[in-house]
Amino acid sequence: MTGARRSARRLLPLGVLSLLALVPLTFEQYKLYVASLTLVYLVMAIGLNLTLGYAGQISLAHGAFMAFGSYAVAILGQRGAPFELGVGLGAALGFAWGLLVGFPALKVKHHFLAMVTLGFNIIVFLVLRNWEWLTGGSFGISGIARPAWGAISFQSDRAYYLYMLAWAAIVVASAYWILTSRWGRAFRAIRENEMRAEALGVSLRNYKLMAFAIGAAYAGVGGALFAPLLGYIDPGAYTLDRSIQFLMMVVMGGLGRFEGPFIGAILVTVLPEVLRASEGLYLVIYALAVMLMMLFMPRGLVGVWDWVLARLGPAPAARAPLAPPPDAARLG
Amino acid sequence: MTDLFQLLVAGISIGSIYAMTAIGFVLLWQTSNTINFAQGEFVVLPAFAMVLFWMVFRLPFAAALLATVLLSTFLLGFLVRRFLVARLLQTGVLPLVIATIGLSLFIRYSLQQFWTPLALPFPPLFSRVPMRLGTLLLSWEELMNVLFAGAAIGALHLFISRTKLGWAMQAVAQNRTLATVLGIDVGRLVTITFVLNAALTAMAAILIAPVYLVKYDIGIGLGLKAFYAAIIGGFNQIRGALLGGLLVGIVETLAAAYVSGQFRDAAALVILIAVLLWKPEGLWGVKEEWAS
Repeated sequence: MTGARRSARRLLPLGVLSLLALVPLTFEQYKLYVASLTLVYLVMAIGLNLTLGYAGQISLAHGAFMAFGSYAVAILGQRGAPFELGVGLGAALGFAWGLLVGFPALKVKHHFLAMVTLGFNIIVFLVLRNWEWLTGGSFGISGIARPAWGAISFQSDRAYYLYMLAWAAIVVASAYWILTSRWGRAFRAIRENEMRAEALGVSLRNYKLMAFAIGAAYAGVGGALFAPLLGYIDPGAYTLDRSIQFLMMVVMGGLGRFEGPFIGAILVTVLPEVLRASEGLYLVIYALAVMLMMLFMPRGLVGVWDWVLARLGPAPAARAPLAPPPDAARLG
Repeated sequence: MTDLFQLLVAGISIGSIYAMTAIGFVLLWQTSNTINFAQGEFVVLPAFAMVLFWMVFRLPFAAALLATVLLSTFLLGFLVRRFLVARLLQTGVLPLVIATIGLSLFIRYSLQQFWTPLALPFPPLFSRVPMRLGTLLLSWEELMNVLFAGAAIGALHLFISRTKLGWAMQAVAQNRTLATVLGIDVGRLVTITFVLNAALTAMAAILIAPVYLVKYDIGIGLGLKAFYAAIIGGFNQIRGALLGGLLVGIVETLAAAYVSGQFRDAAALVILIAVLLWKPEGLWGVKEEWAS
């Protein structure tokens, strides 16, 4: 009885969420595009949240990992390969490079890791701009095809939105699985106290590398989904600015919280759109909002979410395993 | 040969301004663990203030200079420390990083929105007639930039190495907890560091304004170069930031002259990447920050 009730409680937000995710299908073209972009950002933010929020390792290279996915899809697509192959290759490239870049993470600490990843992002950007034979240089690649399964084509904006939604669902489900498994517990143990985690038998090396590589693989998937959205990519979309934007997304949503990336992705795409009505002022207001949010909600907007949930009823027990410890925002 | 010498002087001149900005950046990191992503805007705002006091209000130069430094230390030193950093120091590095990104956007787009999106001209501070030394042509502006930046950095060095407050700052940089135990008022020192940084960036602003013109978005490039200079030289050393700033200035000037103008901004990146690959603690950095 209670088991059924608990699973119902767990399924309810999921059902509401899936219904909400279908609402953009009724939108006009531009709003649908913004909603599609939100899905890309959601996938990216989930990846970064895993690396940064759960395992506590800062990454300023998420834009570069995203580029692997985008260019894998674009380049393979030009040669007639199916779209899913591109997604797979993007994720694999992200994973492999995540391992390589994450390797210094074993030796260096917080702000040094920020610099190593920052440098990596810059190198990738320069490579994308200069390897014209492969990436088209600064002109980029245009005419990127959307996926098609035989007679079923995801060519229209609505169909492609649904296709992205399916991938987003896979990413959300797999992230949930990782975080509730022993891996997620190991990640959090490392973030809280490295020495204690190691003493308890957590292999620091393996889990740190994995947290980095899995986060990067998700970024590869996000990048792959992003490429056919406009059908055109160029290196300018994968700069350090982009990586910083992802960082803001994850921190503003709520570090180390499963709901965080959802809130962050919606916030970063929707807020500028809403504020655009105020003409040129929107960047000023956006900047003010970012500062105020960090001042009064350093744990992210997830705090508001908690407050709403607390008002609606007693906190469901199912959420407890993913709740952060009191010092989650501390990464110093 | 004379060309090379003149280019070196030009590089050192721009590099010394980068170095001032980078040193402030490193000071903030050392005493308060603040990675200030708004450092570029900390230069832009005083530059606009100088335009306001000097060219709009038509104050005498010295008075305008004083007003600019005072305004900068108050707004970017005291107020930022008091209202943004004080609260966020308790929540850790990341929220503070995000807040400084917000601050940089806020300053940049407020200037664009409420003042002007155009570049404001700034008159040269020194004679543009070059000085002749035999076959050498040296620009007064470049020489004076080096002189003033050198004086500012030298004064700062004396302050840190010779005064009690400076020693206290070093102690806080090395071990915050121990410094607190020894009775050092860490909070007050952080405030002093912020004020010092704001004074440094205000001086950098006045020196760089005639070179770059005054525009709301020049802080993006400046901030990034200060950051690169700090990484290249070593994040935990003031002399590292000095070395890094000079190196970035010299290499980008030489690259612009001998390779191509487009390569100017890429030059700093090339050194940055080389340093990150071979000596991630920085050319003059110390390995103490490395985890075991």
